[in-house]
Amino acid sequence: MSLTRSQVESIAHLARLDISEAELPVYADSLSKILSFVEQLSAADTSSVEPMAHPLDGESQRLRADEVSETDRHEKYQANAPSVTDALYLVPRVIE
Amino acid sequence: MSLHTLSVAELSASLGRREFSSVELTQHFLDRISSSNPALNAYITITAERALADARAADQAIAAGTAGALTGIPVAQKDIFCTDGIRTTCGSRMLDNFISPYDATVVERLAAAGTVLLGKTNMDEFAMGSSNETSWYGPVRNPWDLAKVPGGSSGGSAAVVAARLAPVATGTDTGGSIRQPAALVGISGIKPTYGRVSRYGMIAFASSLDQAGIMAPSAEDCALFLQAIAGFDPRDSTSVDRPVPRYSAELNSPIKGLRIGILKEFFERGLDGPTGVLVNAVLDQYRALGAELVEVSCPNLPLSVPTYYVVAPAECSSNLSRFDGVRFGHRCENPRDLMDLYKRSRGEGFGSEVKRRIMTGAYVLSAGYYDAYYLKAQKVRSLITADFKAAFSQVDLLIGPTSPSPAFDLGAKVDDPITMYLNDIYTIGANLAGLPAMSIPCGFDGHLPVGVQLIGPHFGESRLLSAAHAYQSVTDFHRRIPAAYV
Repeated sequence: MSLTRSQVESIAHLARLDISEAELPVYADSLSKILSFVEQLSAADTSSVEPMAHPLDGESQRLRADEVSETDRHEKYQANAPSVTDALYLVPRVIE
Repeated sequence: MSLHTLSVAELSASLGRREFSSVELTQHFLDRISSSNPALNAYITITAERALADARAADQAIAAGTAGALTGIPVAQKDIFCTDGIRTTCGSRMLDNFISPYDATVVERLAAAGTVLLGKTNMDEFAMGSSNETSWYGPVRNPWDLAKVPGGSSGGSAAVVAARLAPVATGTDTGGSIRQPAALVGISGIKPTYGRVSRYGMIAFASSLDQAGIMAPSAEDCALFLQAIAGFDPRDSTSVDRPVPRYSAELNSPIKGLRIGILKEFFERGLDGPTGVLVNAVLDQYRALGAELVEVSCPNLPLSVPTYYVVAPAECSSNLSRFDGVRFGHRCENPRDLMDLYKRSRGEGFGSEVKRRIMTGAYVLSAGYYDAYYLKAQKVRSLITADFKAAFSQVDLLIGPTSPSPAFDLGAKVDDPITMYLNDIYTIGANLAGLPAMSIPCGFDGHLPVGVQLIGPHFGESRLLSAAHAYQSVTDFHRRIPAAYV
């Protein structure tokens, strides 16, 4: 399994990561090695096996009642935000 | 008396008898941190003022007769646990400026138990690594040899306990991040059953694998601290609502007749060196203690590393999408537009191993590849879990090495991700199946410690701890301290 430079560029775009020109071949190489390494999974016979998403089947993923359980703490939370005005998170203009 | 050589139970008894105060004990550890941390780089943040305030409160509780078993005992928190009002970095530039607005459940429970917060320990960035070299804050050094890694990702927690810069530390384990560093620095570390300890406020890496646990010199210390953090938490949707056993009370459960399975797949390859000799000596020790050792097989276990390196990156790519440069964390300078803001904030904020895993995850989840990689890995995960289930129908515990080799040189494996990933060949299986597992020290290869691993069935922590305690009752490897830190 070998990834091309343009495949790495498209994965980086999907993952919203800015990858420099110099780094592209480095990631192409290491990602290709990882994909080749995990290739050995294809040898396992999984024809009658259910996929496992979670280690404790039937024990968890509870639902809770739709009731207010949190108080308004936006000021404390937004103290960590890079840019806030009037309790709104600011980003570059999206709609002209 | 050297306060840093006492066990948690001894510290607690001495505090209760007023032989020293929690403030004195805390200052003793803060002094040790001041002199030794610059070389070890094991703490990212030292919370001296908070520690002394916690200690004063503990001394008042002791004076008032309201103290519990852990009141006044100092503890170090891995910097993956959110601490209200204290910087929580997860070892990443992305969170270098992040002051957590709330406490993780683990932090809240240890505070409620009266412990003293010494600081936040260094770690591989977002817990992705096996050597603590991916941290934005630089590598941690192994107290047994400063040229060696301490293992990872909980490398800082491992080093502070090994060098006795804290009596106990918390860790997290997604593929071996408590057990492998515990082995490489000669301490005990327990990864509980998935769901036993709340993940609330523990920064997520791979949510179906992550679990918090305890790192300390002995199983006895681990039992006392696990008691405080284990149990149901409605704020974690995967927390399991089951009673928590009294781990300390069950520590002396008899070993005679205990059936321990020798995991065939762990012993048949690459275990002919000193690690193999030491682990085999542990088998003899358990036989001498009256346990029955039988060989068992988990034929799909050799597929655990490739399974993990599909499942964990997939979950990581999803979890780390929250770091967008908008609500918290690093933001790039002068973004041209929103896409540029996302890409450059993430490109600058994450280190190369984290980016590699995010991209691996994005790829295996992408259209056209999902079935071949992600779904396939989830199916193999089922096979591995079924193997463990069959093994536990024959035995009470499983045994094997923790790590294929003792601590390696800093820089030795950083350029080759696959070699680095294979450090976790013995530890990943327990995470895939959600099983509790523990590493305890079992000897030395030259001057470097070696660990042995015990794996239990779901919610078998008590059995793990008592088996480890039985071994530690007849050996003293867990009491050894590197000469520079005695």
